[in-house]
Amino acid sequence: MLDAPAPTPKVYLHIEDLWKKFGDFVALREISLDVIEGEFLCFLGPSGCGKTTLLRAIAGLDLQTTGKVEQAGRDVSNLPPAERDFGIVFQSYALFPNLTIEKNIAYGLENEKRPKAEIRARVAELLELVGLPEQGRKYPAQLSGGQQQRIALARAIATNPGLLLLDEPLSALDAKVRVHLRHEVKELQRKLGVTTVMVTHDQEEALSMADRIVVMNHGTIEQIGTPVEIYREPASLFVADFIGAMNQIPAVAETTGTVTINGKVLASDNSAFAKGAKVVAAIRPEDIIPVEAGEAEAIPVQIGDMEFLGSFYRATITCAEMGGVELMVDFSINAVRRLDLSIGKSMSVHLPADRLKVFPAEGG
Amino acid sequence: MSAAEMTGPLVKPKLGRDDWMQRGFMLVIALYLVIALALPLYAMLSKAFSTYAFDLTAFEVQVSDESGGYNTPPVTLAELNADRQIWSKGDLIVGSDGRLGLTDLFPDFSFRSPVMYKFRGVTADDIYLVGSERQTGPEWQEFDSNTFRRLVIRPAKDVGLGNFTRYFSTPSLFQSIENSLLIAAISTVITVTLAFWFAYALARSCMRFKGVFRMIAMLPILVPSLLPGIALIYLFGNQGILKAFLMGNTIYGPIGIVIGSVFFTFPHAMIIISTALSISDARLYEAAVSLKASRWKTFWTVTIPGARYGLFSAAFVVFNLVITDFGLPKVIGGKFNVLAVDIYKQVIGQQNFEMGAVVSVVLLVPAVLAFAIDRQVQKKQVALLSARSVVYEPKPNKVFDRIFLGYSSLVAVFIVGIIAMCQFAALVKFWPYNLSLSLRNYNFDLMDGGGWGAYKNSITMAILTAVIGTVVVFLGAYMVEKTKGFEKGRAAFQALAMLPMAIPGMVLGLSYIFFFNNPSNPLNVIYGTMIILVVSTVTHFYTVSHLTAVTALKQMDTEFESVSASLKQPFFKLFWRVTVPVSMPAILNISIYLFVNAMTTVSAVVFLYSTDTALASVAVLNMDDAGDIAPAAAMGMMIFYTNAGARIIHALASRRILRRSEAWRRSG
Ligand SMILES: Nc1ncnc2c1ncn2[C@@H]1O[C@H](COP(=O)(O)OP(=O)(O)OP(=O)(O)O)[C@@H](O)[C@H]1O
Ligand SMILES: [Mg+2]
Repeated sequence: MLDAPAPTPKVYLHIEDLWKKFGDFVALREISLDVIEGEFLCFLGPSGCGKTTLLRAIAGLDLQTTGKVEQAGRDVSNLPPAERDFGIVFQSYALFPNLTIEKNIAYGLENEKRPKAEIRARVAELLELVGLPEQGRKYPAQLSGGQQQRIALARAIATNPGLLLLDEPLSALDAKVRVHLRHEVKELQRKLGVTTVMVTHDQEEALSMADRIVVMNHGTIEQIGTPVEIYREPASLFVADFIGAMNQIPAVAETTGTVTINGKVLASDNSAFAKGAKVVAAIRPEDIIPVEAGEAEAIPVQIGDMEFLGSFYRATITCAEMGGVELMVDFSINAVRRLDLSIGKSMSVHLPADRLKVFPAEGG
Repeated sequence: MSAAEMTGPLVKPKLGRDDWMQRGFMLVIALYLVIALALPLYAMLSKAFSTYAFDLTAFEVQVSDESGGYNTPPVTLAELNADRQIWSKGDLIVGSDGRLGLTDLFPDFSFRSPVMYKFRGVTADDIYLVGSERQTGPEWQEFDSNTFRRLVIRPAKDVGLGNFTRYFSTPSLFQSIENSLLIAAISTVITVTLAFWFAYALARSCMRFKGVFRMIAMLPILVPSLLPGIALIYLFGNQGILKAFLMGNTIYGPIGIVIGSVFFTFPHAMIIISTALSISDARLYEAAVSLKASRWKTFWTVTIPGARYGLFSAAFVVFNLVITDFGLPKVIGGKFNVLAVDIYKQVIGQQNFEMGAVVSVVLLVPAVLAFAIDRQVQKKQVALLSARSVVYEPKPNKVFDRIFLGYSSLVAVFIVGIIAMCQFAALVKFWPYNLSLSLRNYNFDLMDGGGWGAYKNSITMAILTAVIGTVVVFLGAYMVEKTKGFEKGRAAFQALAMLPMAIPGMVLGLSYIFFFNNPSNPLNVIYGTMIILVVSTVTHFYTVSHLTAVTALKQMDTEFESVSASLKQPFFKLFWRVTVPVSMPAILNISIYLFVNAMTTVSAVVFLYSTDTALASVAVLNMDDAGDIAPAAAMGMMIFYTNAGARIIHALASRRILRRSEAWRRSG
């Protein structure tokens, strides 16, 4: 496990009981959250869950209906964007098409009565920082998508804002550039130490970039935590399902620490459910361990299908003991070779109790 | 599911400096529209529903005997009239400045008689005049016979449908409704049919000279609508060269109006139908071809359904243009009355402003209806547009292309012929007896109508309209489109901006008389000046300009404002440095549209010009009215050449700007 983070982290952005309604439609419900100074926070959730709405409320671009937003100890809840302190990058980048790259970056620097030379120096420094030192005289339309994205970033941080807001900044790019830029944006953020909130619906992006992730669904926060926490200890079935792959098996709670799946009693992390409660048992494909037949708690299964996914195999297995339940399971290439696994073959697996999560059954 | 409820206090936005400034701007422009549109219309409507009638019960009179002794009791005028049956009810209904002398009530009245009269109004609101001296109220006053002769009572104002009752019981007036609807309907059918095949030829055939045809089709926009009327007089009038073609029918009347209307509405219909045809999806045609459908079948199953919204829209626009047009029927309508001309006749000819207002209301009904239906159709068309389709590329077909070349040539000959006829008439010395050429018809200063001064006024007015109008329209559109919050205000503004399209020019002009020519209105000072001409013209052509600006602004990234605000820059910096440069093509289009229309418009300004501010287009009308038809044609051609010149300058300027911004404008 990771080391504990620095002691008593300082809250930079504090959001309290925030709601947003569009007419009768509730787009955000009871949102409360703290963003730590210098951290990279991601809002992650399916399309339409309210990520952008929340980001725009933080920016003051579309005010929340009720609730409080505090930035650096100052209540900014009802301030217009110009009286807040943030830089923002949109999915479209919103670069001014008729201004050169230099003028775009200098746009926010111009009113502070800075000498021209200083502005020029700062623009050059920023171009250097985003790795495009030679492009200053061009127009946005003459740059590639990835380059435009970096210019938008440079423009947003030009005035050294206390908060950087990114709304799906990478989603307009093709896959390869996207992966590369993830790295660069994260690197830049670390270098500047600027508190950053990014909106994304791409779980990989969130997992690889964020210090902490806020998983949202239907306008509410499902879970807040580090990528590892969210992945390993999903707080709800929604989170479990939205991030990574997850087997979900209808089950019934047994005594503390066990559940029954179609009559088969299994050890699990169940602690919250009374005997007889309808639940869903969940386990990630990579947490299912292939074992030798006859080992303790080994469950005999049959391999129905196997798909090679580059660094591992994803197989579908059927457990007769659990009434023919099908499970996804990931086998390393090594394991496949060692155990000589193939379609139709019988084998045994183990479902570790601490990885077999139990959630309330939907609607139950 | 969640039981939680929203409990906290609502967040009230704190308005920043930008918000206040934007609201200020929007308020100013909204105020402009209220003053230049809403209030005048209100004044016009209230005029239409105001009736004036002498209220005989409101005055009392007591008559003495020959020796000056009053031995009969005072009576109301109503009682006297009932007794003596002098005036019928209809006699008492008048206009707002009607006056009624009372001596008729006394059959043996003589101004030399020693009989004395005591007179009073029953309440303080009852007005009567002695000579020109205004008197009111229930104080008894005594007059000798000679003075009583000069006493008149004033009518009382009432609100109601009285004017409309009178309108509909006057056959010579309401006949115009039928006439207007009839010529508008016939012109619509003909124009839309002609324009459809013309647009079809441009879009679907491979005929030659498409560029030339496209240009010729646009020419009628550059001239006032009364110019084709003048050309038709020369072609088919009493001394017309082609008079025989009419086989005894007269061009002065419905025939002339319809032919002229087809001419001046053709480009409007053509643009709309061309747009509709250009968005129909090529894939449908390919499908039809692969199914071996005949050209004819493809036409009915693919082309017509694809263009139907365009056809509807063109029909409503043409209908509206024809029914609201004033210049053409004025010139060539003869005894055939239509609504727009009736307004003019009532107001200018008979000084009957109430009846003018009534006809205006009657004319508003079809105009507003056609406008409203067109808006609905346009919405559907937009939905069609947004579905991405593949552009159709026609393939050559010899016979088909030749037929369309022939057809398009005929239409082109019609359009060019009308304009050429005018030019020829303007240059001929004395039609039809001396056909040698001279420039003497251009000696406008020798004719009534305003002379060359009117032409100069028109240029000034057009430039002012283009400049001021573009600024007002673009700022207004920007405020509606790009500001946040204040939703209700913005929606109201948007509705107000759409209104001018539905208001016929004649109605607008008359409304301006009622509103601005009112001594108690402080804005009265602009009446009779260039300002009121510019204001009325900007307002008259507001909607199309506004829509052009809104369309351009919609294409801009919605987040520019957000980015600029996050960088703590004022909105006007973004406006100057980004919004305006990026919208420059649209801005130029708006200004040329306003310029050309300001040069050609007649309807609103015909009520508003003064001797110092006579306009070229009005001069055409007035010279024609005075029988100086050749000079009218000459002035009309001056307008044509001016507009053509302006369009060329506009095209060059647009090209330059596009070239300069090539580096940053994404092509396609
Ligand atoms: N101006 C608006 N009026 C009405 N409803 C809105 C408005 N803006 C957003 N919504 C609704 O609020 C919900 C949240 O929208 P939001 O844009 O925040 O979603 P999102 O999580 O950013 O989704 P995406 O990943 O698609 O960008 C959606 O259901 C959306 O339809
Ligand atoms: Mg979004």
